[in-house]
Amino acid sequence: MRTDLSAFRLERPRTLDEALATLASSKERLTLLAGGTDLYVYLNAGLARAGRWLDIWGLDELRGIRESGGYIVLGALTTYTDLQASELVCAVLPLLAQAAATVGAVAIQNRGTLGGNLVNGSPAGDSLPPLLAYDAELGLRSARGSRWVRLDGFYTGYRATVLAPDELVELIRIPRASAVAVTAGRYVKVGTRAAQAISKVVAAFALGRSAAGEIAHARVAFGSVAPTPIRLRALENHLLGRKLDDALVRSSADCLAAEIAPIDDIRSTARYRRFVSKNVWVRFLEECF
Amino acid sequence: MSDPAAETVIRCTINGRAHEHRCHPLASALDFLRYVVRLTGTKEGCKEGECGACAITLDGVVVNSCIVPAAHLQGRQVRTVEGLGADARFSALQQAFLDCGGAQCGICTPGMLVTGTALLEDGRPLTEQRIREYMAGNLCRCTGYGKIVEALLKAAEGGR
Amino acid sequence: MKIVGTRAPRAEGIEKLTGKAIYVDDLPLNDFLWGLTVRSTIPYGRIRSIGFDPSEDWSGVTIVTAKDVPGKNVVVLLEQDQPLLATERVMHQQEPIALLAHPDRERLWELAKKVKIDYEPWAPVLDIDASLAVAQKLFRDDNIFKSIGIDKGDVEAAFSRAARVVERTYETGLQEQAYIENQGMVATYDAAKKRLKVAGSMQCPYYVLKGLCPIVGLPPEQVEVEQAATGGAFGGKEDYPTILAAHAALLSMKSGKTVKMIYDRVEDLMATTKRHPCRTRIRTAHDADGRILALDIDATMDGGAYCTLSPVVLSRGTIHAGGPYNFENVRVRSRCVATNTPPNGAFRGFGAPQTIFAMERHMDVLASIFGEAPHRFREPYLLQAGQTTAFSQNVGEDVCIVEIQRQAVEETRFVERRRACEEFNRTSRWERRGIGLATFLHGAGFTGNGEVALDSKLKVDVTPDGIVQIFSANTEMGQGKDTTFGQIAAEAMDLPLSRVRVVTPNTQVVPNSGPTVASRTAMVVGYLVQQACKALRRSLEEHAGKTWKDEAEFASVAADYLRRRGLLEKWAQYQPPPGKVWDDKAYRGAAYGAYAWACYVAEVRVRLDTMEARVEAFDAFQEVGRVLNPVIAQGQIEGGVVQGLGYALQEEVKMRQGVMANANFTNYIIPTFADVPEVKVHFAERPYPFGPFGAKGIGELPMDGPGPAVANALSHALGVEVNRIPATPEHLMELLQGE
Repeated sequence: MRTDLSAFRLERPRTLDEALATLASSKERLTLLAGGTDLYVYLNAGLARAGRWLDIWGLDELRGIRESGGYIVLGALTTYTDLQASELVCAVLPLLAQAAATVGAVAIQNRGTLGGNLVNGSPAGDSLPPLLAYDAELGLRSARGSRWVRLDGFYTGYRATVLAPDELVELIRIPRASAVAVTAGRYVKVGTRAAQAISKVVAAFALGRSAAGEIAHARVAFGSVAPTPIRLRALENHLLGRKLDDALVRSSADCLAAEIAPIDDIRSTARYRRFVSKNVWVRFLEECF
Repeated sequence: MSDPAAETVIRCTINGRAHEHRCHPLASALDFLRYVVRLTGTKEGCKEGECGACAITLDGVVVNSCIVPAAHLQGRQVRTVEGLGADARFSALQQAFLDCGGAQCGICTPGMLVTGTALLEDGRPLTEQRIREYMAGNLCRCTGYGKIVEALLKAAEGGR
Repeated sequence: MKIVGTRAPRAEGIEKLTGKAIYVDDLPLNDFLWGLTVRSTIPYGRIRSIGFDPSEDWSGVTIVTAKDVPGKNVVVLLEQDQPLLATERVMHQQEPIALLAHPDRERLWELAKKVKIDYEPWAPVLDIDASLAVAQKLFRDDNIFKSIGIDKGDVEAAFSRAARVVERTYETGLQEQAYIENQGMVATYDAAKKRLKVAGSMQCPYYVLKGLCPIVGLPPEQVEVEQAATGGAFGGKEDYPTILAAHAALLSMKSGKTVKMIYDRVEDLMATTKRHPCRTRIRTAHDADGRILALDIDATMDGGAYCTLSPVVLSRGTIHAGGPYNFENVRVRSRCVATNTPPNGAFRGFGAPQTIFAMERHMDVLASIFGEAPHRFREPYLLQAGQTTAFSQNVGEDVCIVEIQRQAVEETRFVERRRACEEFNRTSRWERRGIGLATFLHGAGFTGNGEVALDSKLKVDVTPDGIVQIFSANTEMGQGKDTTFGQIAAEAMDLPLSRVRVVTPNTQVVPNSGPTVASRTAMVVGYLVQQACKALRRSLEEHAGKTWKDEAEFASVAADYLRRRGLLEKWAQYQPPPGKVWDDKAYRGAAYGAYAWACYVAEVRVRLDTMEARVEAFDAFQEVGRVLNPVIAQGQIEGGVVQGLGYALQEEVKMRQGVMANANFTNYIIPTFADVPEVKVHFAERPYPFGPFGAKGIGELPMDGPGPAVANALSHALGVEVNRIPATPEHLMELLQGE
């Protein structure tokens, strides 16, 4: 690797409390290590931050998928393989299960975690649009206590979050109501190849129709079209209470175009990202209704 | 890796044999296996979890050893290409690779065999489609993949 | 035949399947240093100074700059324009400037950051147009490494009577070889004995030897070059290993220790050679019925900052530009230019995929303009017995391209599927399908008089325990040479494979049977194996007065021979096939000993919402002379096709300021299992009298066809001309929307 490890220390707490205590007492900002699928890319490239690293991979308290009090609750160390293997996730959160199946390939899915994807905060993170579309909330924990924050609000800028230096993501919870409200959903990942791809555009669409046929629930979330993963609020509001017709397809596509701000980078172009974002949305509407 | 104070003792079982070695806990499992344990069958291709040449299993779970810390081998059952087959005999998959032409230059082969073995062991019915999805994290530049698919299907048949 | 043509298992298969094969990074070493290269970070400029951060303790670090080169600071290939280590100026990003060695590999990366190079940056020349405009003089006065012309018939007259002229420009991009094993080399210099040994990943041990000697200032007898197991090469390890070997050697000479240099993926992608980008303009003159009267091709390749192998790449590209066609009037003008980018080099196909892409796209463009099916439009021009190629070689009887294309069209149901795609496209809202073909030839072996100049020699002997040993400099890099050589020898000797051993290439042990490039190994060197074994057999049979009935009898005959007469070895040396004449000045005549003929068919499906294209079916109809081993031959074609599919659709080297900006496998996208269909290979055999048991070279062919076949299928699917590859989704979007 391109990193001289002599300036790195790894600490391996045995319990969550021990980890929180270490975080609380540390003067420097610790780097939290889980499955390592992102951090080791930096470490091998000589781009990782030296200093103290805290290994939370062994903390089984941060694992597990369960249903509780109207929420699906996922431990931060839930891997993409765990998500695909969970009957609950596949049945209730299909967009998340689909996303999990598109992350890297098997070896990555075995190690990559939801918590890691969230905290790494890449705007291209594959799990983030589905989590946004399902109104996910994050349980942040520190020695000072716990708090819930909405994922839509967790990011303050490019790879920046509200997480305090002594906090970690303990849980991710999704209101069952937000999942069952979806009568038409789609997960879209556009990379350059069929597997092992980093997204050029990633999106999750979750719509619910009333008995009368009006759109009663709308979540449209995109990644790789802004500095953070985003929900398209104006588009969602535009849809609510309306019936789907050709005019709405067109007007909603215009809304979408106004709300995204993609850039040119090494993986694609702003122009292509605009083209694709609009098309996959229109195709979804045409095919799902 | 030169600072002894930062090192730790890694104890694990590799291919059925107990091992104990000193190493920086953040060294990659790949570097640990290749340069500390000196098992060089596991290959480096990209060092970013993209090519699968370094695939090993930890307690039966496939990982890319280039992006796993050596510390995570602690107490685990590690399997590398050197641990496939038994008593100097080929596993069904190794034999199928030989018969079908699944290896050319051979550099991706250790990772292919380790990942492929995990696929065969997971017990679900094997189709070409499933092979192409499951194996997608293992890049090969020589074969075009067809002969590896053939080998996996052949090994699965033989195993039943 | 008992052994040739069978599915003999890979000779080195057991080692590769058990993790025991020793690649350069696996060589057991004690007490060695790691080496690292300090490289330029600007594309063009003057080096004002090379400094070493005084806050760092440099004791214990071996440092090499150009001053430390004991011989000549030059990488000798066709020209002598490339220094091994830059001195006054840098010509491209990532150019080697200094070398460091230290026991701690990770520490080296920190040390490299503390070598401070002060530059006076100059305005770089980063593309073909800037080079042709001579924005800066990079090579001689015109920036042209080489230019070539081919003329047949009277092109001007044909254009002057043309009813219509069709002109298009076709472009192909850089492509990375992307062998999975990065480049690496280990060097040990013994100062007392003045002997140097290097071992590593390479295609051509004698190229490395030839390049090393003038740099280290030692005669070839004191330099030993040995190939380690090589994890893929595809041309990428033809010339570059010389540079790496010399770097490791200099560090070893200075430090007195063994030095190991292994590139990581990022360094390998940024610094080493790639396929030449090419822009080809084709004009055709047509009569009132659309018949082609004349072909006028103008091709320009980007060679990068130094000449390296570019003239030869250009040569092959130029010769293949006219395709497998019999046009009366042909003009080809081509050139390779200098830019301030890392030198481009050999990559499977070696210039031919670029120009074949242009020719085969142009044939589809014409078919579309003149309203004919692609295969029908091509057929009248396909070479037949006794006709001549664009470079005026009479193909004699050795041609079957009409049959191959007909077979491809019939067996793939090309016409019906084409219609089915069109039917589908009329009704589908979000998807398009298309099917296309490419028809082509590829010459095997060195071009023109190149094989004569190589003068390849090969040796076989027999050991006291009755093993036939093959001594050749040709390397196993995955293509199966150890296996096919073994099969040729076993067949020629009438022995089982277990009686044949292929000796590891080492310049102190094996004769120079030429480089392992240009689809020459099986055909040219394999024929030497057959010839040498024939001679060996004759000697043993004469000695015994009869032929052996089994291997045990062979072993006793061999043992008896050696006991009575000592040594038994036989040599074979390349002889050009009779009657083949190449005029290098006029670029006319027998460019290659043999051609293999092919027609590839690709079907694609394109999603209109994302413009992602998928190849759904691929058939390769491939004439190969003789199949030496079906598993290995299929493996060559299947693997080459998938590289070609990457070239066609996904693989884009994104250059920024003269350096690869997407230099990792996350962002340089090669095909995975999930991206490609089953590649169906259909062999045809027309034995070549000067190949082993009739075999021709086939290694590069599969790289030629996929690009144009896929682009033709995409053009069919989308109704636009896809004249540039890689046809990424972004590019297809732009085509469909208009620039």
